[in-house]
Amino acid sequence: MSGNLTGTGALIRLALRRDRIVLPLWVLVLGLIPAATAGAYETLYPTLADRQSLATGMAANPSMNLLYGPAFDVTTAGGFTAWRYATMLAVFVGLAAIFTVTRHTRAEEDTGRLELLASAVVGRYAALTAAIAVAAGGSLGAGLLSAVGMIGAGMPTAGSVAFGLGTALAGWVFTGVAAVAVQLAEYSRTANGIGSATLGALFLVRGIGDSSSDVSWLSWGSPIAWASQVRPFAGERWWVLALSLVTAVVLAGAGYVLLSRRDLGMGIIPAKPGPAAAAPSLRTPLALAWRLHRGSLIGWTVGFAVMGSLFGTLASGIGDVIGDSEQARQIFERMGGAQSLVDAFVSATAGILAMIASLYGVQAALRMRSEEVSFRVEPLLSTQVSRLRWMAGHLGFALLGTTLLVAVAGAGMGLLHGVRVGDVAGQLPDVLLASLAQLPAVWVVVGVTVAIFGLVPAFSGAAWAVTAGFMLLTLFGPVVQLSQWVLDISPFTHIPRLPMAEFSATPLVVLCGIALVAVAAGLAGFRRRDVG
Amino acid sequence: MDNTIYVSGLHKSFGHTKALDGLDLSVAAGEVHGFLGPNGSGKSTTVRVLLGLLHADAGDVRLLGGDPWKDAATLHKRIAYVPGDVNLWPNLSGGEVIDLLGRLRGGLVKRRRDDLIERFDLDPRKKGRTYSKGNRQKVAIVAALASEVDLLILDEPTSGLDPLMEATFRTAIKEEQGQGRTVLLSSHILAEVEALCDRVSIIRNGRTVETGTLADLRHLTRTSISAELAGSPNGLSTLHDVHDLHIEGNHVRFDVESASLDAVLRQLSNVGVRNLTSQPPTLEELFLRHYEADGSQPARGAVR
Repeated sequence: MSGNLTGTGALIRLALRRDRIVLPLWVLVLGLIPAATAGAYETLYPTLADRQSLATGMAANPSMNLLYGPAFDVTTAGGFTAWRYATMLAVFVGLAAIFTVTRHTRAEEDTGRLELLASAVVGRYAALTAAIAVAAGGSLGAGLLSAVGMIGAGMPTAGSVAFGLGTALAGWVFTGVAAVAVQLAEYSRTANGIGSATLGALFLVRGIGDSSSDVSWLSWGSPIAWASQVRPFAGERWWVLALSLVTAVVLAGAGYVLLSRRDLGMGIIPAKPGPAAAAPSLRTPLALAWRLHRGSLIGWTVGFAVMGSLFGTLASGIGDVIGDSEQARQIFERMGGAQSLVDAFVSATAGILAMIASLYGVQAALRMRSEEVSFRVEPLLSTQVSRLRWMAGHLGFALLGTTLLVAVAGAGMGLLHGVRVGDVAGQLPDVLLASLAQLPAVWVVVGVTVAIFGLVPAFSGAAWAVTAGFMLLTLFGPVVQLSQWVLDISPFTHIPRLPMAEFSATPLVVLCGIALVAVAAGLAGFRRRDVG
Repeated sequence: MDNTIYVSGLHKSFGHTKALDGLDLSVAAGEVHGFLGPNGSGKSTTVRVLLGLLHADAGDVRLLGGDPWKDAATLHKRIAYVPGDVNLWPNLSGGEVIDLLGRLRGGLVKRRRDDLIERFDLDPRKKGRTYSKGNRQKVAIVAALASEVDLLILDEPTSGLDPLMEATFRTAIKEEQGQGRTVLLSSHILAEVEALCDRVSIIRNGRTVETGTLADLRHLTRTSISAELAGSPNGLSTLHDVHDLHIEGNHVRFDVESASLDAVLRQLSNVGVRNLTSQPPTLEELFLRHYEADGSQPARGAVR
């Protein structure tokens, strides 16, 4: 075995060198968020009464739990932080771990670079081990940093450590998930897809478990929930950490076993031969774009249909849960009654789904950059295809694909919610509209991505950072009491909260205008710049 | 002037890296033109400017009577291109890529396509990366040669082919030439250029250092002579343009510049010649002379 690991140290250094910006960035951002909440909590909820009404109100609200997980004790700053961040940090650390592992294993194999390294003195398991070390190390770094930050902000040590380890181990579990995914698929894109889809499914499983009392056991099936089930600051349950650790080790072990059973460059899922000649329809850049985006768009659409339908099924149950507590009922009735609770749930869910859809938009738009850097654009642009026509094919998927996803999710949610309350004709249009209203913000994200690609292509990866920034601002900005002008940077902040709020066209029109200008800038930039 | 490609004083920099530094190139209609240079000398950069993928910083570039940057899409109807680095889409088969590129170029000749696939021994049903580098190149070569175009731009098209396929490639290019097509063949495989090209341009560090027919270029260089003489050779070392002289008894071996060949032969026949072999300069020597002349100065940065 030791010979199989030869060169691991060198590969770890190579990985750290390549990730010298992105790795510290995610470790710092994810690690520093929790401590920033402590101060905000004291100002937002200064008295015990405030905190108790928070506990019976927002923290008991299933639509909140769907997103943030269960609230075990929100009467302390630590407990509140754990509630708001344990789940979300597990998701973000998990994603970072998946992308890190893929980047240093399958992506290297995919491009043939690993072959170059493998012919040097590098052991069979060195690349996987190095990737696991970097991803697990980064997760641990983020976890420890958040623990230290929270202790520094005056929160109890035990809870801070439990929280930090919960986050770190969530990263480890998804490091293991990625270690398996990269063995299955032949291409890094597919491996990232398998990893992210697994994460999405597990988020959903715990979302259902955490927001409905009848099936709350479901949460235990999801490693993302384990981060909050450690119950930091609410009677820590340390043994839950062992659950994550064992899962991570088993998954990583499975990755090694699969690796030992396959050839370099091949996947466990074999590639099938294709047709000897192209179908008559494959004759335009758009037809090619369809071939390239098809699989991913179908996968995302199915995912959105499932998510929308599930949330639609849950929506009407929200009023029932509140029914248990007389005090909560009063609070919510003051807020506008059970109907406004359902509306709040619909609105929050539509917002989250739109943010996830914007990730598809970024991915689809950045496909242009990956086509460019892998030299697949040049043969196309040296035919009669003009640059604008080539871009139009991919842009169609980025803009209309996101539209499709949001519409499918909105329709699924509206339909099932309508069926549950016996009012499809009334609910479907409202819920669908609440979802579609989010689209201008999604298009702004796509526009920004296209503008970056057209104007400063070397920084295309920054589109992910910008999008993550928008999401973090809208999701967490209000909690850490950022000023309104900072929150306003995110396009998602400007979307009217339908169906609760009044519909207002102005922000939507302005956002569409911004998206249009950004896309136009990207198109003009790409027409003028060098390719490659 | 009936030039298919006309480039004069072309400059292109990437940041601080000067890729092209006053490059000249002219390719007449119907000729196969060799474009020679070591890695990083600016061949691919020139090709990309010709294809309108890069914007020239300065200089004149005319292609098929048009401006490759402004008239890209219309000119491309008449051009087929084989890149040096062929990357295929993972989920498309080789056959699909050939058809797609042919159609985007404005149509391809089905019979020629099938014929080329067979001659190049290509399996068109395989997908993306399951092809080796050589096979990926074959996909691009078949797609280009099966198109009805006026100009073929080939950027190191055979770097991954085995000798058998290399021969098939040469035959195919000769057929293209027979059809009256113009070919710009960028290469560092000298045997290939010698076998195929009517004229060559040699570039170095982004500048053209030599251009002309192979005969012209040979004229500029040395012939190797080995002779058995009737008597003791004398006076050879005093002659101009004789290099690397070796004398063993009555046997001499030396290189002579083409300009002085006549004078040297006269001197030899004065002594009396029993046996003589002469070897014309190969392109390889020509090439090496240009790159070894002022030390092995490596190309500035690896410019694609």
